Amino acid sequence: MKSHLLPDYKVTIDRETCTVCRGCVIQCTFNVYSFNKEKNRIDIDANKCVDCQRCITFCPENSITVAPTPIQYKQNASWDRENIRNIVKQAEAGGILLTGMGCDKPDFTFFDRLLLNASQVTNPSIDPIREPMELRTYLGSKPSLVNLTSTGESWTDISLASPQLQVETPIIFSAMSFGSVNLNVQEALARTAVSSGTYFNVGEGGLNPRLNKYADHLVLQVASGRFGVHKKYLDAGAAIEIKIGQGAKPGIGGHLPGEKVTEEVSATRMIPKGTDAISPAPHHDIYSIEDLSQLISVIKEATDYSKPVIVKIAAVHNSAAIASGIVRAGADIIAIDGMRGSTGAAPQVIRDNVGIPIEMAIASVDSRLNQEGIRNRVSLIAGGGIRSSSDVVKAIALGADACYIATAALIAMGCTVCQKCYTGKCPWGITTMDPVISRRLNPDIAAKRVENLIRAWSLEIKEMLGGMGINSVESLRGNRHQLRGVGLTERELEILGIRMVGS
Amino acid sequence: MKTPIGVKGRNNPYGDDKVIDACSIFGMMDQQGRSMAGRDVVEAMTNMNERTNGLGSGYAVYGLYPKHRDQYALHVMYDDRKALEWGSGFIDSEFKVIHDEEIPMDRSHCKADAPIMWRYFVDVNPDRLNGTGEEDFVVQRCFSINTSEKGAYVVSSGKDMGVFKGVGWPQEIADTFHLDEYRGYLWTAHGRFPTNTPGWWGGAHPFSLLDQSVVHNGEISSYGTNRRFLEMLGYQCTFQTDTEIFSLALDYLLRRRHLPVEVVANIFAPPLWKDIDAMPPQQRNLLRGLRMVYGGLLMNGPFSIIFARHGLMVGLTDRIKLRPLIAAKKKDVFFLASEESAIRCVQADLDRVWHPRGGEPVVASCGNIPASTNTVLVMSS
Repeated sequence: MKSHLLPDYKVTIDRETCTVCRGCVIQCTFNVYSFNKEKNRIDIDANKCVDCQRCITFCPENSITVAPTPIQYKQNASWDRENIRNIVKQAEAGGILLTGMGCDKPDFTFFDRLLLNASQVTNPSIDPIREPMELRTYLGSKPSLVNLTSTGESWTDISLASPQLQVETPIIFSAMSFGSVNLNVQEALARTAVSSGTYFNVGEGGLNPRLNKYADHLVLQVASGRFGVHKKYLDAGAAIEIKIGQGAKPGIGGHLPGEKVTEEVSATRMIPKGTDAISPAPHHDIYSIEDLSQLISVIKEATDYSKPVIVKIAAVHNSAAIASGIVRAGADIIAIDGMRGSTGAAPQVIRDNVGIPIEMAIASVDSRLNQEGIRNRVSLIAGGGIRSSSDVVKAIALGADACYIATAALIAMGCTVCQKCYTGKCPWGITTMDPVISRRLNPDIAAKRVENLIRAWSLEIKEMLGGMGINSVESLRGNRHQLRGVGLTERELEILGIRMVGS
Repeated sequence: MKTPIGVKGRNNPYGDDKVIDACSIFGMMDQQGRSMAGRDVVEAMTNMNERTNGLGSGYAVYGLYPKHRDQYALHVMYDDRKALEWGSGFIDSEFKVIHDEEIPMDRSHCKADAPIMWRYFVDVNPDRLNGTGEEDFVVQRCFSINTSEKGAYVVSSGKDMGVFKGVGWPQEIADTFHLDEYRGYLWTAHGRFPTNTPGWWGGAHPFSLLDQSVVHNGEISSYGTNRRFLEMLGYQCTFQTDTEIFSLALDYLLRRRHLPVEVVANIFAPPLWKDIDAMPPQQRNLLRGLRMVYGGLLMNGPFSIIFARHGLMVGLTDRIKLRPLIAAKKKDVFFLASEESAIRCVQADLDRVWHPRGGEPVVASCGNIPASTNTVLVMSS
């Protein structure tokens, strides 16, 4: 069948400067380039290009340009390029269209319409270079009151009933399983979690022995596939996350194709090599809130109540009521993943159409838990579309205790958000399991780059806090008075619990 | 967002996030419980006129009503006669009124819109409690009046104490209320420099609930966080000002949770994490626990406050001391003030003068009057 698909990109090589070193041929894992021996030149098959920019970055002569193709479909506001292309692809393959990374549509971002406050005259802004500025946060369930009893000597001991996660900056690495990313990526994130005083969530792919030494800074997942879950696994990490849903694909499960289940993945996930790893859409032992409550209890019993249990849900229409139930079911932390949250593989139709933005979800959940007087019983982690330190600050001001990031950390390593994670061909060596391409990702360099990112964001957060006249991040939590909205409707402002700029 | 109504509208007419003002504060306590005239307090406040702009001043006096020591003294502010009628009727129906009278005022000293001020000495009828604690009952009734939108506001509600406040310079308010005729063993005072309100009688400090009162200089940048925390506990923030946050937080921590003053100070202005990390294990656990549980009541931003209750006067600043506070002693008399000059002008010869560190509470207690919380305690969950 002749494909009707037009290329997305135009790839050109400046023949004047190209030395035909063939670097691009090696770098491109999608086989765009080939060496034409006869003509001693590089041939280009632009149809295969995914705009990952690997070749551009590594071309020693800067000879390569990748640009959106000038070839257009007939102009039509309704039948736009994406709609036509999707139909052509499905007509030719007859399947669900897959994609990687988070929703790339422009209309679901509220962070950009929120503005922060700063002190002028009536209270001083605080200079974080000269004054202390605290970003430490404890995540976990807090009692509603502490009782004091007299000894007549001195104050002693407070033992909180619930275990806590101590983070030195309110940024945690969100779940990225071994399988969706390779071990080099996982190790880099685990090392950064240790050096930055935070945590890395290893996702549902089990715990590879290479990560054991970082276990104090790992969050381990119990997801619907229960891959790699056993007593030692539960005991290993700092916290356990029950994954109910993911922002990129609420309501559906996961599927790691057999080709990606290598020897090592097979051992870690505890499944036969080469078999598909299917995570069902629901947990087959959680069909209701009381089932979740039981699983939380089981995990707490199994781990002797020594570590917090996180329940991760995708942000959906009635997140507030769901979150309230999860608190009452006994979770210590709720992670809410907004619809812009990333994924290694998801049906495009789900990613771009299901769920709600994290800003709305976190605001409504925080408000609801406050109204019900149970906000202290749980910490909230906001994830799914956190792109910058200001997004972190805004999410916390809307009511989060901390933020999950994933895409930002991968970009720091090299990812260019080309959205082809599901192909297993990641030219940057991030989401591929190919042992040779995986070596492109040096865990030492990657860890340094991500550590730099966390340091830079933390410094920026301190600057923003100082500007507001606040010197500790706990005074930002739910402090919606520090936010104003621009270009939002009355109703949107009301749900976000903020006022219009100028008012 | 809707235009604020009721008390909010009066205190915060432009509907800003909160009332913003700078101030002078002063406190003076005889630690033997001997009664003092208010003359020195007024003089000290007048000395700090530079810090105010004549749009609000007030005084809290303890040991004020020895004849009615066992009754709740309700100082109530009314917009007009109609409000007075409503308020008196409400109080009559909710409490056993032992005595009531208009608070004498010389209106020649005050601005045109001075309200009617009335005081009631009341007992709580045990039959009305229905399982509520007596103090909670009084607090609830005060909130009912303040949120009624009838033009009635409870200014103070403690036993043997009272608050006198209004729009004017410290001297004007003192003269208006004939403060020279009152005596007390503990006085706190406040002069305002509001920036976003034309000044309203109810918006002046001290803010008081039962026998606790607060005068506050500063702006709380954590207002949104603090307010949400208190709302979660069931408090209503009716005055839309950050000073009210202190008042409600004190009610929760001191009265309802029975936390000692030092612990409360460590909640409002906790040590830095790096200092907590370096403490001996017991202290570290306590302070870490307090920050975890009560992080929502960390008062972040510049402040100095003096809070008082019977037998106790406490001065506290934010932890990096962005607003001034001076403490001094002369024999049994304990002073707290925004400026040393204010203390020196009423007592030039002091035994001791010191500058408390940021976040370090200065606690003055009174030998003759039992303070309800000055024990040393152990914390458990």
